[in-house]
Amino acid sequence: MGERLGGGQVDVSATAVESRASYWRSFALPGVAWLVLFVVVPAYAVLAIAFGRVNFLFQPVPYWNPLHWNPGYVSKAFSGSLPGGEYWPSIRNTLVYVGVSLSLCFAIGYPVAYYVARHAKRTKTLLIVLLVIPFWVSYLLRMLAWIGLLSPDGYVNQILQWIGISHPPDWLNGNPYSVIMALLYGYIPYFILPVFAGLDRIDKSQIEAARDLGATPFRAFLHVTLPLSKASIMAGAALVVLPMFGDYYTNDLISASPHTNMLGNEINLFVQGGSQKNLGAALVLVLMAILAVGMAYYLYATLRDQRRLA
Amino acid sequence: MSVAEREPATEGTAIVPASGSRRNLIPRRLRNPWGEPRFLVAGTWIYIAWALVPVVIAILFSFNAGRSRSVWQGFSIKWWWGDPNLSIFHDSDYTHALVHSLLLAGLDMVIATPLGVLLALGLTRWRGRGSGVANSLMLIPLVTPEIVMAVSLLVVFTQLALVPFSLIHLGTTAQVVGQVTFSLSYVVIIVRSRLAGIGGQYEEAARDLGATPIQALRLVLIPLLLPAILASMLIVFALSIDDFVVTQYMSSNSTTTTIPMYLYSNARGGTSTPALNALATILVVVTLVGVTVAYLLYTIVGKRTGSAGTGASALRELSGIEAA
Repeated sequence: MGERLGGGQVDVSATAVESRASYWRSFALPGVAWLVLFVVVPAYAVLAIAFGRVNFLFQPVPYWNPLHWNPGYVSKAFSGSLPGGEYWPSIRNTLVYVGVSLSLCFAIGYPVAYYVARHAKRTKTLLIVLLVIPFWVSYLLRMLAWIGLLSPDGYVNQILQWIGISHPPDWLNGNPYSVIMALLYGYIPYFILPVFAGLDRIDKSQIEAARDLGATPFRAFLHVTLPLSKASIMAGAALVVLPMFGDYYTNDLISASPHTNMLGNEINLFVQGGSQKNLGAALVLVLMAILAVGMAYYLYATLRDQRRLA
Repeated sequence: MSVAEREPATEGTAIVPASGSRRNLIPRRLRNPWGEPRFLVAGTWIYIAWALVPVVIAILFSFNAGRSRSVWQGFSIKWWWGDPNLSIFHDSDYTHALVHSLLLAGLDMVIATPLGVLLALGLTRWRGRGSGVANSLMLIPLVTPEIVMAVSLLVVFTQLALVPFSLIHLGTTAQVVGQVTFSLSYVVIIVRSRLAGIGGQYEEAARDLGATPIQALRLVLIPLLLPAILASMLIVFALSIDDFVVTQYMSSNSTTTTIPMYLYSNARGGTSTPALNALATILVVVTLVGVTVAYLLYTIVGKRTGSAGTGASALRELSGIEAA
């Protein structure tokens, strides 16, 4: 409450400030306790399982003491995740599918968000409503919709046959293009909304200033609008990429084939399917390691931009 | 919007002659792919059609007369009502999943919203040792893929023989705990962005007029926060009712199946009927009812306190766009 001190209340003693700090801290306490219990402790439990062993019934036994940790599963998971390893196909699929879906999110989502934020006039409210609707429609329903459309006698194949393609591909059994399309379809609303909000917040006078100084509309876009929307693009990309990396259900629903397995599918199979929970937990660590690299770049880029502005 | 960006600024006042003359060499139509919104208009509407038409078709198929979920065989409401065994309201599997989904959403809302509001207040106002750690702790669920949370919660609930974890068994309790854990941060983000907008001055005024801290909170801050609280309740409800991963990992048996879990396990089966589409449609209807109720309450609250927008801005705040 530093503002209060500045606001003329000079007589506020240090103890009052101190007690007020503990007053607000007590508000945070239940939530923080919840997060410690159900986020921090479970995260450590994953480590304990990944570095643990199995008992004679092949049930996982967590090792809580780091001094007793068994590195076997973790080293197996990490070495298997390198090119040529056992899990490399899934890692490669994950990176390729997420990369392509993210690029398409940007290629499709940015122009849409840009149009709605900067050019739509009378239709703007309607467009916002239409952009928000997928957000409120269950992800599972949206996947269900594509299962119907892509099934052998579905509308997609009917249209293809009508065009003259008599042997349409098998969409729903191990087709990577369907999986990428489904990921794109499922997650693009989460990209468009923050980018739209970011573009909508841009002060138009800045673009007008660029134009008044002689920039062509394209240069004004390139040097003013695009850099100003960069933070929201990064936010949208993070919102899309993080869930995609852990996704297994899109793949299960649209492909249901080991050929298109992603990292999430491997984890799910090990943890829920068989008795290899230790390996599943070790693969969770692989997933977090990949995301940590991405997150480090994200933080580095954000800090660099902030420093450049300052 | 911005006339300046779309149309070349009044030609006569072009300050830099070079750019003016260069501009004349390019046909007006091709000068600026972004300024000429025709491509963008078409692209936007194509996107919207692509985003919404499959959903509409899936909903329409719940009215299919035949058993197919991909070939239209005439109109019927038998999958909704009418058929004594196969209609969703006559099949206990479906009704049970619906009831369980609503139960979890209700419990999640009742627990996560107050917990999140308190946490947001605490994190915003509490400056001192530990507050930085608490802040980053709050962000962890937002930057962790759901499967990581699901696996880690599964591990503690099944492997850790320690109170409170040993008391939580897979099933409804574990599902609620899991859902609250990931929805808590959304509440904090929404409420905190609202708190930043309100600032400290209203509360200060109340305190200067003699209100105790608790009174200032109850009579001034909470009413001002009501729109954000409503928005977070709605988001928590929608997150919960749509959640699949954590809910599935935390489930015990068929009695704790929710609608998304039911859809997941039956979507590819050849035996499933358009009743599955009807079930998915119910999920959307329930969410849209939630949005409508929240929107109405939001506008009522907004009028009373003068602190909330209406129309599109209300919708944007309710969807959490402003907090993003």
